[in-house]
Amino acid sequence: MDIFIQQVVSGLATGGIYASLALALVMIYQATDVVNFAQGSMAMFSTYLAWSLLQTGMPYWIAFCATLAIAFIGGLLIERVIVRPVENAPILAIVIVTLGLLVILVSVAGWIYSYIQKPFPSPFPDRPLKVGNIVFGAHDLGAIGITLIVLLLLFLFFRYTTLGLAMRAAAQNPVSSRLCGIRVSWMLGLGWGLAAMFGAVAGLMVAPVVFLDPNMMGGIQLYAFAAATVGGFTSPLGAVVGGLLVGVTENLVGTYVRFIGTELKLTVALAMIIIVLLVKPSGLFGRTTIRRV
Amino acid sequence: MPALLEAANLHAQYGWTSVLHGLTFAVEAGGITTILGANGAGKTTTLRAVCGMVKTSGEVRFDGRRIDGRATEDIVRLGIAHAPEGRGTFVDLSVEENLRLGAYVRRDTSGIAGDYERVYEYFPVLAQRRRQQAGTLSGGEQQMLAVARALMSRPRLLLLDEPSLGLAPLVVREIFRIVQTINKNEGVSVLLVEQNAAIALDLADHVYLLETGRVVMEGPASDLKQNDAVRRSYLGY
Repeated sequence: MDIFIQQVVSGLATGGIYASLALALVMIYQATDVVNFAQGSMAMFSTYLAWSLLQTGMPYWIAFCATLAIAFIGGLLIERVIVRPVENAPILAIVIVTLGLLVILVSVAGWIYSYIQKPFPSPFPDRPLKVGNIVFGAHDLGAIGITLIVLLLLFLFFRYTTLGLAMRAAAQNPVSSRLCGIRVSWMLGLGWGLAAMFGAVAGLMVAPVVFLDPNMMGGIQLYAFAAATVGGFTSPLGAVVGGLLVGVTENLVGTYVRFIGTELKLTVALAMIIIVLLVKPSGLFGRTTIRRV
Repeated sequence: MPALLEAANLHAQYGWTSVLHGLTFAVEAGGITTILGANGAGKTTTLRAVCGMVKTSGEVRFDGRRIDGRATEDIVRLGIAHAPEGRGTFVDLSVEENLRLGAYVRRDTSGIAGDYERVYEYFPVLAQRRRQQAGTLSGGEQQMLAVARALMSRPRLLLLDEPSLGLAPLVVREIFRIVQTINKNEGVSVLLVEQNAAIALDLADHVYLLETGRVVMEGPASDLKQNDAVRRSYLGY
Protein backbone atom coordinates (compact mmCIF):
# COMPACT_ATOMS: atom_id res chain seq x y z
CA MET A 1 0.00 0.00 0.00
CA ASP A 2 2.85 2.29 0.91
CA ILE A 3 4.53 1.60 -2.41
CA PHE A 4 1.24 2.40 -4.13
CA ILE A 5 0.90 5.78 -2.45
CA GLN A 6 4.57 6.48 -3.00
CA GLN A 7 4.25 5.83 -6.70
CA VAL A 8 1.07 7.87 -6.92
CA VAL A 9 2.72 10.87 -5.30
CA SER A 10 5.79 10.56 -7.50
CA GLY A 11 3.49 10.17 -10.45
CA LEU A 12 1.63 13.35 -9.49
CA ALA A 13 4.92 15.22 -9.26
CA THR A 14 6.15 14.18 -12.68
CA GLY A 15 2.58 14.50 -13.92
CA GLY A 16 2.60 18.12 -12.83
CA ILE A 17 5.60 18.73 -15.05
CA TYR A 18 3.93 17.01 -17.97
CA ALA A 19 0.85 19.11 -17.22
CA SER A 20 2.83 22.35 -17.44
CA LEU A 21 4.21 21.49 -20.83
CA ALA A 22 0.88 20.06 -21.99
CA LEU A 23 -0.82 23.26 -20.91
CA ALA A 24 1.59 25.23 -23.06
CA LEU A 25 0.81 22.96 -26.02
CA VAL A 26 -2.94 23.29 -25.51
CA MET A 27 -2.79 27.07 -25.12
CA ILE A 28 -1.00 27.53 -28.39
CA TYR A 29 -3.26 25.03 -30.12
CA GLN A 30 -6.38 26.76 -28.86
CA ALA A 31 -5.16 30.20 -29.79
CA THR A 32 -3.58 29.44 -33.14
CA ASP A 33 -4.59 25.93 -34.27
CA VAL A 34 -0.88 25.11 -34.30
CA VAL A 35 0.70 22.17 -32.45
CA ASN A 36 4.05 23.54 -31.35
CA PHE A 37 6.55 20.71 -31.62
CA ALA A 38 9.27 22.98 -30.29
CA GLN A 39 7.56 23.55 -26.95
CA GLY A 40 9.92 21.25 -25.07
CA SER A 41 13.10 22.63 -26.57
CA MET A 42 11.90 26.18 -25.90
CA ALA A 43 11.58 25.08 -22.29
CA MET A 44 15.03 23.53 -22.36
CA PHE A 45 16.57 26.69 -23.76
CA SER A 46 14.86 28.79 -21.08
CA THR A 47 16.32 26.50 -18.44
CA TYR A 48 19.81 26.95 -19.89
CA LEU A 49 19.32 30.71 -19.71
CA ALA A 50 18.35 30.26 -16.06
CA TRP A 51 21.52 28.25 -15.56
CA SER A 52 23.57 31.11 -16.99
CA LEU A 53 21.85 33.56 -14.67
CA LEU A 54 22.53 31.32 -11.69
CA GLN A 55 26.18 31.09 -12.67
CA THR A 56 26.42 34.86 -12.12
CA GLY A 57 25.49 34.29 -8.51
CA MET A 58 21.88 35.44 -8.80
CA PRO A 59 19.62 34.04 -6.06
CA TYR A 60 17.38 31.21 -7.27
CA TRP A 61 13.95 32.83 -7.09
CA ILE A 62 15.14 35.99 -8.81
CA ALA A 63 16.64 33.89 -11.57
CA PHE A 64 13.34 31.96 -11.68
CA CYS A 65 11.30 35.12 -12.25
CA ALA A 66 13.84 36.56 -14.68
CA THR A 67 13.77 33.34 -16.69
CA LEU A 68 9.99 33.43 -16.88
CA ALA A 69 10.13 37.01 -18.13
CA ILE A 70 12.77 36.17 -20.73
CA ALA A 71 10.80 33.11 -21.82
CA PHE A 72 7.70 35.26 -22.24
CA ILE A 73 9.52 37.72 -24.47
CA GLY A 74 11.18 34.88 -26.37
CA GLY A 75 7.84 33.22 -27.04
CA LEU A 76 6.38 36.50 -28.25
CA LEU A 77 9.32 37.09 -30.58
CA ILE A 78 9.15 33.57 -31.97
CA GLU A 79 5.48 34.06 -32.81
CA ARG A 80 6.10 37.40 -34.52
CA VAL A 81 9.23 36.44 -36.41
CA ILE A 82 8.93 32.75 -37.17
CA VAL A 83 5.28 31.75 -36.95
CA ARG A 84 3.53 34.86 -38.28
CA PRO A 85 4.94 34.52 -41.83
CA VAL A 86 3.49 31.01 -42.13
CA GLU A 87 0.22 31.80 -40.37
CA ASN A 88 -1.94 31.11 -43.40
CA ALA A 89 0.12 28.33 -44.87
CA PRO A 90 -1.11 24.72 -44.90
CA ILE A 91 -0.80 22.99 -41.55
CA LEU A 92 2.10 20.83 -42.72
CA ALA A 93 4.22 23.89 -43.39
CA ILE A 94 3.65 25.15 -39.86
CA VAL A 95 4.46 21.72 -38.39
CA ILE A 96 7.75 21.68 -40.27
CA VAL A 97 8.56 25.17 -39.07
CA THR A 98 8.09 24.15 -35.43
CA LEU A 99 10.06 20.95 -35.95
CA GLY A 100 12.83 23.02 -37.49
CA LEU A 101 12.72 25.33 -34.49
CA LEU A 102 13.06 22.32 -32.21
CA VAL A 103 16.21 21.15 -33.97
CA ILE A 104 17.70 24.64 -34.10
CA LEU A 105 17.15 25.25 -30.39
CA VAL A 106 18.70 21.92 -29.40
CA SER A 107 21.71 22.49 -31.64
CA VAL A 108 22.25 26.08 -30.51
CA ALA A 109 22.02 25.02 -26.88
CA GLY A 110 24.54 22.25 -27.52
CA TRP A 111 26.83 24.69 -29.32
CA ILE A 112 26.74 27.34 -26.60
CA TYR A 113 26.65 25.10 -23.56
CA SER A 114 28.07 21.78 -24.86
CA TYR A 115 26.26 18.46 -24.64
CA ILE A 116 27.78 17.52 -21.29
CA GLN A 117 25.15 17.16 -18.64
CA LYS A 118 25.11 19.84 -16.00
CA PRO A 119 23.60 19.62 -12.55
CA PHE A 120 20.82 22.11 -11.87
CA PRO A 121 19.85 23.27 -8.40
CA SER A 122 16.42 22.74 -6.92
CA PRO A 123 14.95 25.52 -4.80
CA PHE A 124 13.60 22.94 -2.40
CA PRO A 125 15.68 21.40 0.40
CA ASP A 126 17.18 17.98 -0.08
CA ARG A 127 15.54 16.55 3.01
CA PRO A 128 13.00 13.85 2.36
CA LEU A 129 9.73 14.18 4.22
CA LYS A 130 8.48 11.08 5.93
CA VAL A 131 4.80 10.48 6.55
CA GLY A 132 4.41 7.07 8.12
CA ASN A 133 6.34 4.71 5.86
CA ILE A 134 6.07 6.95 2.83
CA VAL A 135 8.92 9.17 1.76
CA PHE A 136 8.09 12.30 -0.16
CA GLY A 137 10.86 14.12 -1.91
CA ALA A 138 10.68 17.78 -1.03
CA HIS A 139 11.37 18.60 -4.65
CA ASP A 140 8.48 16.42 -5.81
CA LEU A 141 6.05 18.20 -3.53
CA GLY A 142 7.52 21.55 -4.45
CA ALA A 143 7.09 20.81 -8.15
CA ILE A 144 3.43 19.90 -7.60
CA GLY A 145 2.95 23.08 -5.59
CA ILE A 146 4.51 25.34 -8.20
CA THR A 147 2.47 23.72 -10.94
CA LEU A 148 -0.74 24.26 -9.01
CA ILE A 149 0.07 27.90 -8.28
CA VAL A 150 0.84 28.60 -11.91
CA LEU A 151 -2.36 26.90 -12.97
CA LEU A 152 -4.42 28.89 -10.52
CA LEU A 153 -2.93 32.16 -11.76
CA LEU A 154 -3.65 31.16 -15.33
CA PHE A 155 -7.24 30.25 -14.51
CA LEU A 156 -7.80 33.56 -12.73
CA PHE A 157 -6.21 35.46 -15.60
CA PHE A 158 -8.42 33.93 -18.26
CA ARG A 159 -11.60 33.97 -16.23
CA TYR A 160 -11.52 37.36 -14.58
CA THR A 161 -9.35 39.77 -16.54
CA THR A 162 -10.35 41.70 -19.63
CA LEU A 163 -7.14 40.76 -21.39
CA GLY A 164 -7.78 37.09 -20.67
CA LEU A 165 -11.27 37.46 -22.11
CA ALA A 166 -9.88 39.16 -25.18
CA MET A 167 -7.38 36.35 -25.70
CA ARG A 168 -10.12 33.74 -25.46
CA ALA A 169 -12.24 35.73 -27.89
CA ALA A 170 -9.37 36.17 -30.36
CA ALA A 171 -8.77 32.44 -30.37
CA GLN A 172 -12.43 31.54 -30.88
CA ASN A 173 -13.54 34.16 -33.37
CA PRO A 174 -10.84 36.41 -34.82
CA VAL A 175 -13.23 38.22 -37.18
CA SER A 176 -15.68 39.28 -34.50
CA SER A 177 -12.76 40.09 -32.21
CA ARG A 178 -11.43 42.59 -34.70
CA LEU A 179 -14.87 44.16 -34.86
CA CYS A 180 -14.59 44.68 -31.11
CA GLY A 181 -11.28 46.42 -31.55
CA ILE A 182 -9.14 43.52 -30.30
CA ARG A 183 -5.73 43.39 -31.92
CA VAL A 184 -5.80 39.72 -32.76
CA SER A 185 -2.19 39.40 -33.81
CA TRP A 186 -0.98 40.84 -30.51
CA MET A 187 -3.17 38.27 -28.72
CA LEU A 188 -1.49 35.48 -30.63
CA GLY A 189 1.92 36.79 -29.63
CA LEU A 190 0.76 36.99 -26.01
CA GLY A 191 -0.47 33.41 -26.21
CA TRP A 192 2.91 32.18 -27.35
CA GLY A 193 4.61 34.26 -24.68
CA LEU A 194 2.47 32.77 -21.92
CA ALA A 195 2.93 29.27 -23.27
CA ALA A 196 6.70 29.74 -23.35
CA MET A 197 6.49 30.79 -19.69
CA PHE A 198 4.77 27.54 -18.75
CA GLY A 199 7.30 25.56 -20.66
CA ALA A 200 10.03 27.34 -18.71
CA VAL A 201 8.37 26.39 -15.41
CA ALA A 202 8.33 22.77 -16.54
CA GLY A 203 11.99 22.95 -17.54
CA LEU A 204 13.05 24.51 -14.24
CA MET A 205 11.24 21.80 -12.29
CA VAL A 206 12.60 18.94 -14.35
CA ALA A 207 16.25 19.92 -14.65
CA PRO A 208 17.22 19.13 -11.04
CA VAL A 209 15.91 15.58 -11.52
CA VAL A 210 17.18 14.59 -14.97
CA PHE A 211 20.13 17.01 -15.22
CA LEU A 212 20.44 19.75 -17.77
CA ASP A 213 21.36 18.81 -21.29
CA PRO A 214 20.08 19.87 -24.70
CA ASN A 215 18.01 16.71 -25.12
CA MET A 216 16.52 16.96 -21.64
CA MET A 217 12.98 17.66 -22.73
CA GLY A 218 12.82 15.05 -25.48
CA GLY A 219 11.13 12.36 -23.44
CA ILE A 220 9.10 14.83 -21.45
CA GLN A 221 7.71 16.41 -24.59
CA LEU A 222 6.41 12.98 -25.60
CA TYR A 223 4.75 12.64 -22.22
CA ALA A 224 3.28 16.11 -22.62
CA PHE A 225 1.82 15.13 -25.98
CA ALA A 226 0.34 12.05 -24.35
CA ALA A 227 -1.10 14.25 -21.62
CA ALA A 228 -2.64 16.69 -24.09
CA THR A 229 -4.06 13.84 -26.16
CA VAL A 230 -5.58 12.10 -23.14
CA GLY A 231 -7.02 15.31 -21.78
CA GLY A 232 -8.09 16.75 -25.10
CA PHE A 233 -6.17 19.35 -27.10
CA THR A 234 -8.95 21.85 -26.72
CA SER A 235 -9.15 21.77 -22.94
CA PRO A 236 -6.68 23.35 -20.50
CA LEU A 237 -8.26 21.40 -17.67
CA GLY A 238 -7.80 18.29 -19.77
CA ALA A 239 -4.11 19.07 -20.16
CA VAL A 240 -3.71 19.18 -16.38
CA VAL A 241 -5.78 16.09 -15.69
CA GLY A 242 -4.11 14.32 -18.60
CA GLY A 243 -0.68 15.19 -17.27
CA LEU A 244 -1.43 13.89 -13.81
CA LEU A 245 -3.04 10.75 -15.26
CA VAL A 246 -0.08 10.00 -17.49
CA GLY A 247 2.37 10.55 -14.64
CA VAL A 248 0.52 8.30 -12.23
CA THR A 249 -0.26 5.63 -14.83
CA GLU A 250 3.30 5.30 -16.07
CA ASN A 251 4.56 4.96 -12.50
CA LEU A 252 1.98 2.40 -11.47
CA VAL A 253 2.37 0.36 -14.65
CA GLY A 254 6.13 0.54 -14.32
CA THR A 255 5.95 -0.71 -10.73
CA TYR A 256 3.30 -3.38 -10.95
CA VAL A 257 3.76 -4.81 -14.43
CA ARG A 258 7.03 -6.68 -14.28
CA PHE A 259 8.16 -6.58 -17.84
CA ILE A 260 7.53 -2.85 -18.27
CA GLY A 261 9.75 -1.85 -15.40
CA THR A 262 11.41 1.51 -15.80
CA GLU A 263 12.77 0.95 -19.28
CA LEU A 264 9.44 0.81 -21.06
CA LYS A 265 7.64 3.57 -19.14
CA LEU A 266 7.73 5.87 -22.13
CA THR A 267 6.06 3.11 -24.13
CA VAL A 268 3.17 3.31 -21.69
CA ALA A 269 2.70 6.95 -22.60
CA LEU A 270 2.81 6.21 -26.30
CA ALA A 271 0.35 3.36 -25.84
CA MET A 272 -1.98 5.78 -24.05
CA ILE A 273 -1.86 8.11 -27.04
CA ILE A 274 -2.84 5.31 -29.39
CA ILE A 275 -5.61 4.00 -27.16
CA VAL A 276 -7.14 7.46 -26.71
CA LEU A 277 -7.01 8.20 -30.43
CA LEU A 278 -8.74 4.90 -31.14
CA VAL A 279 -11.40 5.10 -28.47
CA LYS A 280 -12.12 8.80 -27.88
CA PRO A 281 -10.01 10.98 -30.16
CA SER A 282 -11.14 14.25 -28.64
CA GLY A 283 -9.73 13.18 -25.28
CA LEU A 284 -11.44 13.16 -21.91
CA PHE A 285 -12.37 16.83 -21.86
CA GLY A 286 -11.92 17.82 -25.46
CA ARG A 287 -14.73 19.10 -27.60
CA THR A 288 -15.68 17.18 -30.68
CA THR A 289 -15.88 19.64 -33.52
CA ILE A 290 -18.50 18.95 -36.12
CA ARG A 291 -17.69 20.63 -39.33
CA ARG A 292 -20.63 20.99 -41.70
CA VAL A 293 -19.43 20.88 -45.25
CA MET B 1 -21.81 70.09 -43.64
CA PRO B 2 -20.16 66.85 -44.71
CA ALA B 3 -21.96 63.60 -43.97
CA LEU B 4 -20.85 61.36 -41.11
CA LEU B 5 -19.85 58.58 -43.49
CA GLU B 6 -19.00 59.12 -47.12
CA ALA B 7 -17.84 56.68 -49.74
CA ALA B 8 -16.56 57.86 -53.11
CA ASN B 9 -15.83 55.56 -56.02
CA LEU B 10 -15.48 52.58 -53.72
CA HIS B 11 -14.26 49.35 -55.30
CA ALA B 12 -13.88 46.08 -53.43
CA GLN B 13 -12.66 42.64 -54.36
CA TYR B 14 -12.36 39.15 -52.97
CA GLY B 15 -9.16 37.76 -54.39
CA TRP B 16 -9.32 38.45 -58.11
CA THR B 17 -13.07 38.95 -58.22
CA SER B 18 -14.25 42.52 -58.18
CA VAL B 19 -17.51 42.86 -56.31
CA LEU B 20 -18.11 46.60 -55.89
CA HIS B 21 -17.66 48.88 -58.86
CA GLY B 22 -17.29 52.51 -57.88
CA LEU B 23 -19.92 52.98 -55.17
CA THR B 24 -20.71 56.46 -53.95
CA PHE B 25 -22.97 56.87 -50.94
CA ALA B 26 -23.30 58.79 -47.69
CA VAL B 27 -24.84 58.53 -44.24
CA GLU B 28 -25.94 61.80 -42.65
CA ALA B 29 -25.26 62.37 -38.98
CA GLY B 30 -28.27 61.24 -36.96
CA GLY B 31 -29.89 59.62 -39.98
CA ILE B 32 -30.79 56.11 -41.00
CA THR B 33 -29.59 55.10 -44.45
CA THR B 34 -30.41 51.77 -45.98
CA ILE B 35 -28.81 49.86 -48.82
CA LEU B 36 -31.19 47.49 -50.54
CA GLY B 37 -30.63 44.89 -53.18
CA ALA B 38 -31.02 41.28 -54.09
CA ASN B 39 -28.78 38.43 -53.04
CA GLY B 40 -25.29 38.91 -54.36
CA ALA B 41 -25.73 42.62 -55.04
CA GLY B 42 -22.77 43.44 -52.82
CA LYS B 43 -24.58 44.78 -49.76
CA THR B 44 -22.60 42.84 -47.16
CA THR B 45 -19.39 43.59 -49.02
CA THR B 46 -20.19 47.29 -48.74
CA LEU B 47 -20.31 47.12 -44.95
CA ARG B 48 -17.18 45.01 -44.90
CA ALA B 49 -15.46 47.57 -47.11
CA VAL B 50 -16.33 50.35 -44.67
CA CYS B 51 -14.77 48.33 -41.85
CA GLY B 52 -11.64 47.41 -43.75
CA MET B 53 -12.45 43.71 -43.84
CA VAL B 54 -11.93 43.38 -47.60
CA LYS B 55 -9.45 44.77 -50.09
CA THR B 56 -10.70 48.12 -51.34
CA SER B 57 -9.76 51.07 -53.49
CA GLY B 58 -11.45 54.44 -53.55
CA GLU B 59 -12.22 56.70 -50.64
CA VAL B 60 -14.15 56.14 -47.46
CA ARG B 61 -14.38 59.05 -45.03
CA PHE B 62 -15.68 58.98 -41.49
CA ASP B 63 -16.21 62.41 -39.99
CA GLY B 64 -14.15 63.86 -42.81
CA ARG B 65 -11.10 61.63 -42.16
CA ARG B 66 -10.12 58.83 -44.49
CA ILE B 67 -10.50 55.33 -43.09
CA ASP B 68 -9.98 53.25 -46.22
CA GLY B 69 -6.90 51.06 -46.03
CA ARG B 70 -6.85 51.07 -42.23
CA ALA B 71 -7.13 47.96 -40.08
CA THR B 72 -10.55 46.93 -38.77
CA GLU B 73 -9.38 47.21 -35.14
CA ASP B 74 -8.44 50.84 -35.72
CA ILE B 75 -11.60 51.76 -37.63
CA VAL B 76 -13.93 50.55 -34.90
CA ARG B 77 -12.02 52.64 -32.39
CA LEU B 78 -13.14 55.76 -34.27
CA GLY B 79 -16.77 55.17 -33.29
CA ILE B 80 -18.11 52.68 -35.82
CA ALA B 81 -19.78 49.47 -34.64
CA HIS B 82 -20.67 46.61 -36.95
CA ALA B 83 -23.24 43.91 -36.26
CA PRO B 84 -22.06 41.51 -38.97
CA GLU B 85 -23.77 39.04 -41.22
CA GLY B 86 -24.59 35.92 -39.25
CA ARG B 87 -24.53 37.85 -35.94
CA GLY B 88 -20.83 37.16 -35.24
CA THR B 89 -21.65 35.97 -31.73
CA PHE B 90 -18.88 34.56 -29.55
CA VAL B 91 -20.78 31.32 -29.15
CA ASP B 92 -18.66 29.80 -26.39
CA LEU B 93 -18.75 32.86 -24.18
CA SER B 94 -21.62 34.07 -22.01
CA VAL B 95 -24.00 36.86 -23.00
CA GLU B 96 -22.35 39.16 -20.49
CA GLU B 97 -18.89 38.34 -21.80
CA ASN B 98 -20.07 39.12 -25.33
CA LEU B 99 -21.27 42.52 -24.13
CA ARG B 100 -18.02 43.10 -22.25
CA LEU B 101 -16.12 42.51 -25.49
CA GLY B 102 -18.32 45.06 -27.21
CA ALA B 103 -16.98 47.63 -24.77
CA TYR B 104 -13.37 46.45 -25.15
CA VAL B 105 -12.14 49.71 -26.69
CA ARG B 106 -13.45 51.80 -23.81
CA ARG B 107 -11.55 52.68 -20.68
CA ASP B 108 -14.29 54.19 -18.51
CA THR B 109 -15.31 51.33 -16.20
CA SER B 110 -18.20 53.21 -14.57
CA GLY B 111 -19.57 54.16 -17.97
CA ILE B 112 -19.40 50.55 -19.11
CA ALA B 113 -21.26 49.37 -15.99
CA GLY B 114 -24.01 51.88 -16.71
CA ASP B 115 -24.20 50.76 -20.32
CA TYR B 116 -24.93 47.17 -19.34
CA GLU B 117 -28.08 48.48 -17.67
CA ARG B 118 -28.99 50.62 -20.65
CA VAL B 119 -28.59 47.71 -23.04
CA TYR B 120 -30.59 45.39 -20.75
CA GLU B 121 -33.37 47.97 -20.75
CA TYR B 122 -33.53 47.87 -24.53
CA PHE B 123 -33.30 44.07 -24.60
CA PRO B 124 -34.76 42.60 -21.39
CA VAL B 125 -34.41 39.05 -22.70
CA LEU B 126 -30.62 39.49 -22.65
CA ALA B 127 -30.77 40.48 -18.99
CA GLN B 128 -32.55 37.24 -18.21
CA ARG B 129 -29.93 35.23 -20.04
CA ARG B 130 -26.86 37.20 -19.08
CA ARG B 131 -24.88 34.22 -17.75
CA GLN B 132 -26.09 31.85 -20.42
CA GLN B 133 -23.74 30.60 -23.14
CA ALA B 134 -24.39 32.81 -26.14
CA GLY B 135 -24.44 29.93 -28.61
CA THR B 136 -27.57 28.53 -26.96
CA LEU B 137 -29.63 31.66 -27.61
CA SER B 138 -32.30 31.66 -30.31
CA GLY B 139 -31.70 33.43 -33.63
CA GLY B 140 -33.68 36.47 -32.60
CA GLU B 141 -31.91 36.69 -29.25
CA GLN B 142 -28.52 36.40 -30.91
CA GLN B 143 -29.46 39.22 -33.27
CA MET B 144 -30.41 41.33 -30.27
CA LEU B 145 -27.09 40.39 -28.69
CA ALA B 146 -25.27 41.48 -31.84
CA VAL B 147 -26.95 44.89 -31.76
CA ALA B 148 -26.43 45.18 -28.00
CA ARG B 149 -22.76 44.31 -28.35
CA ALA B 150 -22.38 46.97 -31.01
CA LEU B 151 -24.04 49.54 -28.74
CA MET B 152 -21.66 48.78 -25.88
CA SER B 153 -18.89 50.65 -27.66
CA ARG B 154 -21.03 53.87 -27.68
CA PRO B 155 -20.70 54.15 -31.43
CA ARG B 156 -21.63 57.16 -33.50
CA LEU B 157 -22.36 54.95 -36.49
CA LEU B 158 -24.02 51.55 -36.35
CA LEU B 159 -23.64 49.18 -39.28
CA LEU B 160 -26.35 46.52 -39.40
CA ASP B 161 -26.01 43.63 -41.82
CA GLU B 162 -29.33 41.99 -42.69
CA PRO B 163 -30.72 41.90 -39.15
CA SER B 164 -33.98 40.35 -40.38
CA LEU B 165 -32.33 37.28 -41.87
CA GLY B 166 -33.88 34.05 -40.60
CA LEU B 167 -36.07 35.75 -38.00
CA ALA B 168 -39.81 35.65 -37.42
CA PRO B 169 -41.66 38.82 -38.54
CA LEU B 170 -42.67 39.76 -35.00
CA VAL B 171 -39.09 39.54 -33.79
CA VAL B 172 -37.89 41.56 -36.77
CA ARG B 173 -40.41 44.30 -36.04
CA GLU B 174 -39.31 44.41 -32.43
CA ILE B 175 -35.64 44.74 -33.31
CA PHE B 176 -36.31 47.47 -35.87
CA ARG B 177 -38.44 49.35 -33.36
CA ILE B 178 -35.54 49.28 -30.90
CA VAL B 179 -33.09 50.45 -33.57
CA GLN B 180 -35.39 53.36 -34.32
CA THR B 181 -35.55 54.25 -30.61
CA ILE B 182 -31.77 54.12 -30.32
CA ASN B 183 -31.43 56.37 -33.34
CA LYS B 184 -33.90 58.91 -31.92
CA ASN B 185 -32.82 58.88 -28.27
CA GLU B 186 -29.09 58.59 -28.62
CA GLY B 187 -28.45 60.08 -32.03
CA VAL B 188 -26.68 56.97 -33.28
CA SER B 189 -26.54 57.07 -37.07
CA VAL B 190 -27.40 53.82 -38.80
CA LEU B 191 -26.31 52.23 -42.07
CA LEU B 192 -28.65 49.34 -42.61
CA VAL B 193 -28.21 46.66 -45.22
CA GLU B 194 -31.34 44.64 -45.88
CA GLN B 195 -32.99 42.24 -48.28
CA ASN B 196 -36.38 42.85 -46.69
CA ALA B 197 -37.14 46.09 -48.51
CA ALA B 198 -40.56 46.70 -46.98
CA ILE B 199 -39.43 46.90 -43.41
CA ALA B 200 -36.22 48.75 -44.26
CA LEU B 201 -38.14 51.48 -46.12
CA ASP B 202 -40.34 52.02 -43.06
CA LEU B 203 -37.28 52.71 -40.95
CA ALA B 204 -34.87 54.57 -43.21
CA ASP B 205 -34.60 58.21 -44.28
CA HIS B 206 -32.48 57.62 -47.33
CA VAL B 207 -32.19 54.64 -49.65
CA TYR B 208 -29.59 53.30 -52.06
CA LEU B 209 -30.48 50.50 -54.41
CA LEU B 210 -27.60 48.18 -55.24
CA GLU B 211 -27.42 45.89 -58.22
CA THR B 212 -24.32 43.76 -58.92
CA GLY B 213 -22.01 46.16 -57.16
CA ARG B 214 -23.40 49.43 -58.52
CA VAL B 215 -25.84 52.00 -57.18
CA VAL B 216 -28.75 52.03 -59.62
CA MET B 217 -31.02 54.35 -57.70
CA GLU B 218 -31.00 56.52 -54.63
CA GLY B 219 -33.30 58.92 -52.90
CA PRO B 220 -35.41 59.62 -49.84
CA ALA B 221 -37.24 56.54 -48.60
CA SER B 222 -40.63 58.18 -48.98
CA ASP B 223 -40.02 58.76 -52.71
CA LEU B 224 -39.00 55.19 -53.41
CA LYS B 225 -41.91 53.83 -51.42
CA GLN B 226 -44.33 55.78 -53.58
CA ASN B 227 -42.66 55.02 -56.89
CA ASP B 228 -44.65 52.07 -58.25
CA ALA B 229 -42.22 51.18 -61.03
CA VAL B 230 -39.30 51.04 -58.66
CA ARG B 231 -41.22 48.97 -56.17
CA ARG B 232 -42.23 46.42 -58.72
CA SER B 233 -38.94 46.03 -60.57
CA TYR B 234 -36.45 46.37 -57.80
CA LEU B 235 -38.23 45.70 -54.56
CA GLY B 236 -40.52 42.91 -55.69
CA TYR B 237 -43.81 44.14 -54.20
